[in-house]
Amino acid sequence: MAGRISHKQFASAERRRWRRNSVVGAVACFLAALLILSAPFAAAKGGQQKGQKKNKKNPNTPAAVASPAIKGLPITELDETEAILHALNRLTYGPRPGDVELVRKMGLSKWIEQQLDPDSINDSELQSRLEKYPTLKMSSAKLLNEFPQPQVAARREGKTIEEYRKEQQAKQQQANRQMNAAMGDQQNGDAGGDIDASGRPSNINRQGYNGGDPNRSPMQAYLQNKSPQRVTSELSMAKVDRAVYSERQLYEVLADFWFNHFNIFANKGADRWMMTAYERDAIRPHAMGRFEDLVVATAKSPAMLFYLDNWLSADPNTPQRIAYQRPMQRRPLFGGQQGRFPQQQQQQRKREFGLNENYGRELMELHTLGVDGGYTQKDVIEVAKCFTGWTIRQPQQNPDFFYNDQMHIGGSKLVLDHTIEQGGMKEGLDVIHLLTHDPHTAHHIAFQIAEHFVSDTPPAALVDRMTKTFISSDGDTKAVMHTMIYSPEFWSREAFRSKIKTPFELVVSAARAVNANIDMPLPMVMWTARIGQPLYQCQPPTGYKDNAETWVNTGALLNRLNYSLTLAGGRMRGTHVDMAQLVGMDATQDPKNVLDKSIEILLYGNISAQTRTTLEKQLSDPNLLHARLDDPIKQVNIGMVTGLVLGAPEFQRR
Amino acid sequence: MQISRRIFIKNSGIAMLGLSTLPTFLQRAVAATGMPNKKKLVVLFQRGAADGLNIVVPFGETNYYKMRPSIAIPEPRRGGELAVIDLDGFFGVHPSLAPLSELFHKGQLAIVHAAGSPDTTRSHFDAQDYMESGTPGVKSTDDGWLNRTMQFLPEENATPFRAVALGPNLPRTLLGSAPAIAMPDVKQFQVMAGAGSQMIQGGFEAMYAQTVDTALRGTGTETFEAIDMLKKANPSQFQPENGADYPKNRYGQSIQQVAQLLKANIGMEVAFLDTGGWDNHVNEGGVQGQLANLLRDLGQGLAAFYKDMGDRMEDIVVVTMSEFGRTAHENGNRGTDHGHANCMFLMGGPVKGGKVYGKWPGLSNEHLYEGRDLAVTTDFRSVLGEVLTGHLGTKNLNAVFPGFDNDSRKFPRLLKT
Repeated sequence: MAGRISHKQFASAERRRWRRNSVVGAVACFLAALLILSAPFAAAKGGQQKGQKKNKKNPNTPAAVASPAIKGLPITELDETEAILHALNRLTYGPRPGDVELVRKMGLSKWIEQQLDPDSINDSELQSRLEKYPTLKMSSAKLLNEFPQPQVAARREGKTIEEYRKEQQAKQQQANRQMNAAMGDQQNGDAGGDIDASGRPSNINRQGYNGGDPNRSPMQAYLQNKSPQRVTSELSMAKVDRAVYSERQLYEVLADFWFNHFNIFANKGADRWMMTAYERDAIRPHAMGRFEDLVVATAKSPAMLFYLDNWLSADPNTPQRIAYQRPMQRRPLFGGQQGRFPQQQQQQRKREFGLNENYGRELMELHTLGVDGGYTQKDVIEVAKCFTGWTIRQPQQNPDFFYNDQMHIGGSKLVLDHTIEQGGMKEGLDVIHLLTHDPHTAHHIAFQIAEHFVSDTPPAALVDRMTKTFISSDGDTKAVMHTMIYSPEFWSREAFRSKIKTPFELVVSAARAVNANIDMPLPMVMWTARIGQPLYQCQPPTGYKDNAETWVNTGALLNRLNYSLTLAGGRMRGTHVDMAQLVGMDATQDPKNVLDKSIEILLYGNISAQTRTTLEKQLSDPNLLHARLDDPIKQVNIGMVTGLVLGAPEFQRR
Repeated sequence: MQISRRIFIKNSGIAMLGLSTLPTFLQRAVAATGMPNKKKLVVLFQRGAADGLNIVVPFGETNYYKMRPSIAIPEPRRGGELAVIDLDGFFGVHPSLAPLSELFHKGQLAIVHAAGSPDTTRSHFDAQDYMESGTPGVKSTDDGWLNRTMQFLPEENATPFRAVALGPNLPRTLLGSAPAIAMPDVKQFQVMAGAGSQMIQGGFEAMYAQTVDTALRGTGTETFEAIDMLKKANPSQFQPENGADYPKNRYGQSIQQVAQLLKANIGMEVAFLDTGGWDNHVNEGGVQGQLANLLRDLGQGLAAFYKDMGDRMEDIVVVTMSEFGRTAHENGNRGTDHGHANCMFLMGGPVKGGKVYGKWPGLSNEHLYEGRDLAVTTDFRSVLGEVLTGHLGTKNLNAVFPGFDNDSRKFPRLLKT
């Protein structure tokens, strides 16, 4: 799909240019057309020259004569350095300074095998970084207790909800004021948009870290923070830390992939408190395991049961409701902060449960078969019936999985022309077994993995091979990954740097590229949201899309550039970067050297001739040579040079 | 980066295509009036499938009250804030939408009920996809209906702000070859590098203008044009007028910024914004509750926009849509499940308001779609089609809604002529 978008965008830019020129008339148009025709030639020529230069640098290539570092892999179109870069871009969150050499020394194939066996990798540095997030180890029940809803907290403290909210707001504002005074940085002052301060529940802005200025995050206030937002904040910060610092990079990439595949939304009621356990206990243990185990784990997880409403799905004819009416009356957890509706509560007692199709549908459409997976509305209902009784003990106090046979609809069911025999809870497991062993599922999952790791439009032959592996290995993610990585399509020229980084990938890959020391990742979490991907807050069960179309647009691009400038300029709060040390130069040196070094370190020299020429021209700008305009000593603003390089088109792709 | 053979061939292909279409271009350039389009369209998408039957309530249907024992909105004769606000003796709006009922009676708001997509899907994902692409049932469409609309409107004097989405990402509706901008917040739309901002922007600009990465080059060019223009126009200077009071949340901020962008006169012709939270499977609420809160914001925002824009509303149409409606019956959790038809609002001077349009299919069991949902009697494309032709001046509706019978005689006729 990337190709298609590119040519469309290309066409649109050109067309607009033409239209503006239309007054000049046909001659001008014709000239323009000639220019357009010649442009690709010029580009191709430039590219070729570049390629030749590379070959000179690495005498071992072309790789058809396999160089030792990439032995054993079907690499024919990329040279050794490109292949290693490609592996680091796809199987990790991007290379850190020195990573390419490290892999070269170890041998690419050996490095891949190691990444496919995460338990063999020591990850103690990350573990110690994660120590600062106590919530990661807490049970959902404990999280509910420690970081209660405002309603609950107010009741505990004997205050009205309004009093409590006002108090919290005042506390928050005071903390923000103190922090801003301490930082004294008003550079990005008037960014406005602190809309969450209004206290009104907007689905996207309740977090306190969306929409606002990322450079004004309540960092100091954070550790005293007892609000429910803390739970999502810690998860998000840990996600950044894991992506940037884990040595088990492929495992982290896959954990993120599967979370997104089985997406849930932090701002749906009680899911905020169940998200931590969901990721920790349902997703992460199976990220490199059997697909069926993953589906079972998510199906049983209270977070998914709540998110897709299955916990309430029940036989409408079951006479005994009493036991379930108690949790039903505790309203605040359902809809967020809407409060109580006394009038309706009385009516509720008379109301009965019923079948809820939501989980049944998404299980087939998104989690397993895929939207064209050959199921019908009738299958949706039958699957939903099988899962009746899969519920949660008490979402607001004891959010554990619980099978309740009284809610279950009896009788056998017919799913995709297979009879599911009456069997209570086992019916759900039977359905999962059936669905995860359907060829549609194998293809759907293979396609999505290939879409993520290879290209927006993965070659059909590759997907077919991965599909076969999925089937023959009983849905083993590791095996499917192995098939993919050991396929020539993975290493094709066409795949190389063809994926646009998602906002999260951009944020963490830049942090890795500059060897950032992140003490407090919250500002990075906020930047990720601003570039368009609020973590743990993708509302629909589809998760975030994995293609260029979704992430390449004007507003997002601008924010990508601003992020690069903020990070490289040392203005990212809570994060320390030393660009001068990174490029091994001080500010008095020749700007051209600084640029060359930045390109070498941040992009491993992998930059188009055009971008390089353009950047060189920019270096003649006097502003770049002065830290301050009134400073007579010529100094290179290293932060700006590196910020430009991080903002280059080449860095937007992996 | 070495350019791949595939991209090379594609680009050449485009160039060839460009050559062959040259005469059409010239013709169109000559035909264009040279005036930017004065007519504006604002599209508001309610994501999650809003419950149209509790938004514009058919209180004249006895079956409505039978099917929704705990979430129905009481009939208007009960009066006050706890009942439907009567519109025409049969339909009324949810009490949270009081500001909109005033606009309705002033003739500035029209409603189309039982509108929607003919596709049978009850998947949010598919239904939004179809409604935004404007081609129900066809997944391969790779652009959105509003983008195609822009592709076929005269581009003379067009600015980068012709089509704007208020949000971090371009919605499907605006994806496509016509330039469109997504921005989460007008005030943040600039390169932020302190004193060096101008120079840095120049650096980025040059890099993106020359990159061989065509996707990023197009986006880059648009980005920098837009930044410069917005800086000059400074839309944030426009404060709400006429006592307009926007909701204090993301949606309220977005619709206020649409107003600011329109006032800044930077050539915005279409704007898109969306709101979420409408997927109320559980505890939807009735007169009060989740839906009521969402509607309070929705109505307040639209009414504030109307007030704020004042006389400018003569050139503006606001249209709302949602991927599908919800089940006519409430479910076992005092919510509603995914259904079929829904209601659409149209607001503005060009609208022949004060009327609920569309053939009412009825809520008796035999009239329900698949025995459970409100049936669709007005295709959402004929509503949009009328607005596009009658308001924006779209000539080639078949290109915007391919495969649909775009016969103007089938329009609901809800615009003044």
